[in-house]
Amino acid sequence: MSDIISVEHLAYSYPGVEDTPGVAVFQDMNLRIEQGSFVAILGTNGCGKSTLAKHFNSILLPTGGKVYVCGIDTANLDRIMTVRRNVGMVFQNPDNQIVANVVEEDVAFGPENLGVASPEIRNRVDRALKQVDMYEYRKHAPHLLSGGQKQRIAIAGVIAMEPKCIVLDEPTAMLDPRGRREVIETVSRLNREKGITVVLITHHMDEAAKAQRVVVMNRGVVAADGTPQEVFSQVELLHSIGLAAPDTVELCWALNREGFDLPLTELDPEACARAIYETFTKEGRI
Amino acid sequence: MEPILEVKNLSYVYSVGTPFEHKALDNVSFAVRRGEFIGIIGHTGSGKSTLMQQLNGLLKPTAGQILLDGQDIWSDKKLTRQARFRVGLVFQYPEYQLFEETVYKDIAFGPKNMGLSPEEIDRRVREAAGFVGLTEAQLQVSPFDLSGGQKRRVAIAGVIAMEPEVLILDEPTAGLDPVGRAGILGNIEDYRRAKNATIMMVSHSMEDVARLTDRLLVMNGSRLAMDDTPANVFAHARELLDMGLSIPQVTQVFLHLQAMGLDVNSVYTIDQAVQALKKIGGGLHA
Repeated sequence: MSDIISVEHLAYSYPGVEDTPGVAVFQDMNLRIEQGSFVAILGTNGCGKSTLAKHFNSILLPTGGKVYVCGIDTANLDRIMTVRRNVGMVFQNPDNQIVANVVEEDVAFGPENLGVASPEIRNRVDRALKQVDMYEYRKHAPHLLSGGQKQRIAIAGVIAMEPKCIVLDEPTAMLDPRGRREVIETVSRLNREKGITVVLITHHMDEAAKAQRVVVMNRGVVAADGTPQEVFSQVELLHSIGLAAPDTVELCWALNREGFDLPLTELDPEACARAIYETFTKEGRI
Repeated sequence: MEPILEVKNLSYVYSVGTPFEHKALDNVSFAVRRGEFIGIIGHTGSGKSTLMQQLNGLLKPTAGQILLDGQDIWSDKKLTRQARFRVGLVFQYPEYQLFEETVYKDIAFGPKNMGLSPEEIDRRVREAAGFVGLTEAQLQVSPFDLSGGQKRRVAIAGVIAMEPEVLILDEPTAGLDPVGRAGILGNIEDYRRAKNATIMMVSHSMEDVARLTDRLLVMNGSRLAMDDTPANVFAHARELLDMGLSIPQVTQVFLHLQAMGLDVNSVYTIDQAVQALKKIGGGLHA
């Protein structure tokens, strides 16, 4: 498979104000994201996750190195619309992303700006709303919806532009448990059924566990990269950089410190329970 | 012991007499004692935030009463004003409310408004800064030069400096990484212990409320659906899921273990889970 996003020796510093020096976030960051994959990016506050995401659709431009989207250099300002058409962004606070008073008008905002013809906009809006399961709310006022619903409207607004990739920067930080489930299920389905590449930045380990690949960032570089099982079983590494594994793994890890011998790869509560049960049976504890 | 705060048959209706009329609180009653750590959970729109704003007199009940030390906070203007100092509110993303030139001045804003002497204000600013782990040097910088997590600490210190007997926080850890979350929750617990203050914390993280609180209020559809210990609340897994909430992952693991026939009590934190499983495996444990 080809890479939809390729970050090569990226360097970036936020400019300083007046006499103060700038802040270097990246000196040599490298990452490739395969087309059609579902990648979660984890890291502590201030590790550079959001700064990286903003490089994926030319909101920020590298001060050194290159970022390519679909093979296009994001610093090539002549191609900036192509880059943005291919990579859509969804941010943390749904209230900051909604621009219209009616749901379907909000979703139409993106394609309108791309100069898509009206009949085609109608099709795209309907399709996008159906894909996030919000079609029946198309005539509603967005500000009266729940947080999870608003965030799905924001996602619909992005997919109406028919991007190849969606980047979500902590989309569930402000949502209740149902809202979180709705958003994660929606992006998983878009990835699975529509082949849209999903890059999910999150602080919730159980959400990251739903991705195919987990990338852990620390101080501007990749600290761990692999399947959720490969990454989350490195519990000591995660703790050392201020992160944690999902609670199922944390439980098995804590039990192992008490002398048990459990796998650190069970991310689902039922599978975790089965592993505990089987280990106990095998060792004759029960 | 007499309750410090008592809510009696509280109802609140938004936009009375308009097409947007909405009953946000419906006959809610409960009482809280000094030193309790209470979690408030509920889906978006369940009435949590409306309830919080009632407790220190920001909103006036449509029906029912709020009693602080047995006195109705709306019975006299003086008591309403007192309630605003004695019951401290920390809103969601409080860091957006910082506005002063220095951290020190920002924290001092509340105590100043209380009309305290300069010496007392100084003592309170320093003590509050200590609770949230801000250094002497940080007191003199602009709050806007701090990281997101530090800004949130400043905002919380600003409320703590008023030394509220009841401290209410709306999602104090939203958007923070695991270490940042643990840090702020530790600060809140330290304040509770030092002042025997009552803490009421609204949270979407079942894990956080399970670990910290002695009691949970569950809001659902404008009503108080449950008021019980975390153990008893999380025993109602099905009902919580139907309300759009969830139960901690380790509680789910244990529900599966029970279904497999393992004789274990319900748990809701990793520590409890480890203790429970050690007991089972204990006899044969190497």
